[in-house]
Amino acid sequence: MTTGNAPPRPVGAEKVGRISLLLDNEKLLGILMIAPAVLYVLALVGYPLVLAFMYSLSDITIGSVSYNFVGLEKFKEIISDSGFKIALKNTLLFTFVSQAIVIVLAKILALLLVKNFKGKFFLRALILMPYVAPISLGVIGWLWMLDSIYSPINWFLQHSGLFGKDFRPMWLGKPFLAMFSIITVHVWRMLPLATVIILAGLTSIPQDIQDAAQVDGAGYFRNLFLITIPMMLPIMMVAILFGIVYTASDIIIILVLTRGGPYDSTQVLVSKAFYTGIDASDLAGGAAYALFLFPLLLAVAIFMLRIARRAEVT
Amino acid sequence: MRNPLARLKIIAKKLAYFGTLGVFTLFASLPFIWMLITTFKQNPDLYNTANNPYIFNMAPTLTHLRELFMQTLFLRWMLNTLLVGVLVVIITLILVIPAAYSLVRLSGRLGERLGIGIFLTYLVAPTILFIPMARVVANLGLQDSLWSLVVVFPSFTVPFGIWLLMGFFKSIPRDLEEAAMIDGNSRLGAFIRMVLPISTPGILTIVIFTFTLVVQEFIYTLTFITSAKSYTVSVGVPTFLVHGDVYNWGAMMGGCLIASLPVAILYNFFLDRFIGGLTLGAVKG
Repeated sequence: MTTGNAPPRPVGAEKVGRISLLLDNEKLLGILMIAPAVLYVLALVGYPLVLAFMYSLSDITIGSVSYNFVGLEKFKEIISDSGFKIALKNTLLFTFVSQAIVIVLAKILALLLVKNFKGKFFLRALILMPYVAPISLGVIGWLWMLDSIYSPINWFLQHSGLFGKDFRPMWLGKPFLAMFSIITVHVWRMLPLATVIILAGLTSIPQDIQDAAQVDGAGYFRNLFLITIPMMLPIMMVAILFGIVYTASDIIIILVLTRGGPYDSTQVLVSKAFYTGIDASDLAGGAAYALFLFPLLLAVAIFMLRIARRAEVT
Repeated sequence: MRNPLARLKIIAKKLAYFGTLGVFTLFASLPFIWMLITTFKQNPDLYNTANNPYIFNMAPTLTHLRELFMQTLFLRWMLNTLLVGVLVVIITLILVIPAAYSLVRLSGRLGERLGIGIFLTYLVAPTILFIPMARVVANLGLQDSLWSLVVVFPSFTVPFGIWLLMGFFKSIPRDLEEAAMIDGNSRLGAFIRMVLPISTPGILTIVIFTFTLVVQEFIYTLTFITSAKSYTVSVGVPTFLVHGDVYNWGAMMGGCLIASLPVAILYNFFLDRFIGGLTLGAVKG
């Protein structure tokens, strides 16, 4: 099928033989070309994933030499730990609150950026900075901006006249403010990606549909709610799903800003996994903490598959 | 009478439009602006709460940058990152180019499915795997070595690379290879002589993404590497400069800015292709 259309004239037996040989070769060639990549991914994604499940069912530590199956003991131990509840709650809170804000802001920003104006490329580059710059380095910028003494945000608030001269919120030192700061930084980080995804969706809505709606007398808001948003739904889903994955599995923002503090009030599942599994050498506990993310990632993967199938049909 | 009013309305609308856009831009770029200011500020100016932090109350200085390059391992980290980046790019290209071609041209409908499956592994990657990976790396005898990063990083650059390049190969007309094959080339010959040369933009995209993913990577590096001299830049700066003994905000901000800018600029130019890949072809980028 890939060797070109069969010529209309009858073909000789010798030629059929050659073509079938070629086809066989192509299959073999196809397998040979893909095998290295598949083996690599299996060895370094598949194998560790199996190990992660095995570890979580054992009492393995960094130093241990033998594998000791203990069933669901580790999970029981974790669930009864008070830190687990906080970590799970924070993971869900940070992820869903920040993504809800991101999707609203991204929609607004995308509608603003869909227009053309002078200097748009430069402005877009600035808006994209939080996503395209290495995240850990950008977050250090935030760490310094939220400094308890030299914060330029505090200076601005103090001199805005709205607050007293002694207004010095400890952005990272008080549990509530620390959570607020972390969500803000998550929004800052993911907004550009969601905006660009939605922007790509906006520009792909066929103009004739919009024209037809206009001829029918649909106003801006009717147009927005009856055409733009429904047509954008799959693409907004993609933006949200990636936002969820990036935010739920992020550890950088927590590790750089608060290290889980103050008093472990901003720990999330992944940071718990790191401190348990690597810092405290309890590989089994760490693996179990990390695996609580697995159902979430699996759900996202299934959603992505459905979107992909829809894209395949159209 | 109505004309000036209408004009006023247009101006007000424009003001609101660019005002909102301005607030968004400020929100996005403020940490980087603050980095830029801090890098060139003298310490007495920086650490005086009475001073306006947004302007230079004293003359700008290069002391912090000098310190960054002379007294910290920053340059070493940059070189480490470059080295790991180049090696991972090479491994990724070797694995990705034939695999993507095979999935698009030689495996039929199954190839498409397998491609999506490989792409989905990109979602799972580091956060679930870093704990067992620590053991795998230790068993390979690679802990605390840059080689651990070279070996492990392709596990997330390859899936995304295959997916991006598949989209690219699909857009190449089949006739091209078929013509070459009728001219007596084998399938492999047609691929190498016809497809590869016109795929340069797609391959370049893979190079850029692989490299930026390497620079951004954090959790594996933090897990595998323990000695300061083997860090990459995005782990070295936050681990060693922030949580080490020396708090030098000027040097640190300089480091963040210098390491961020090249990656950000490169990424920026190729972002639309990246989005096309992420959206699984639901949007033509």
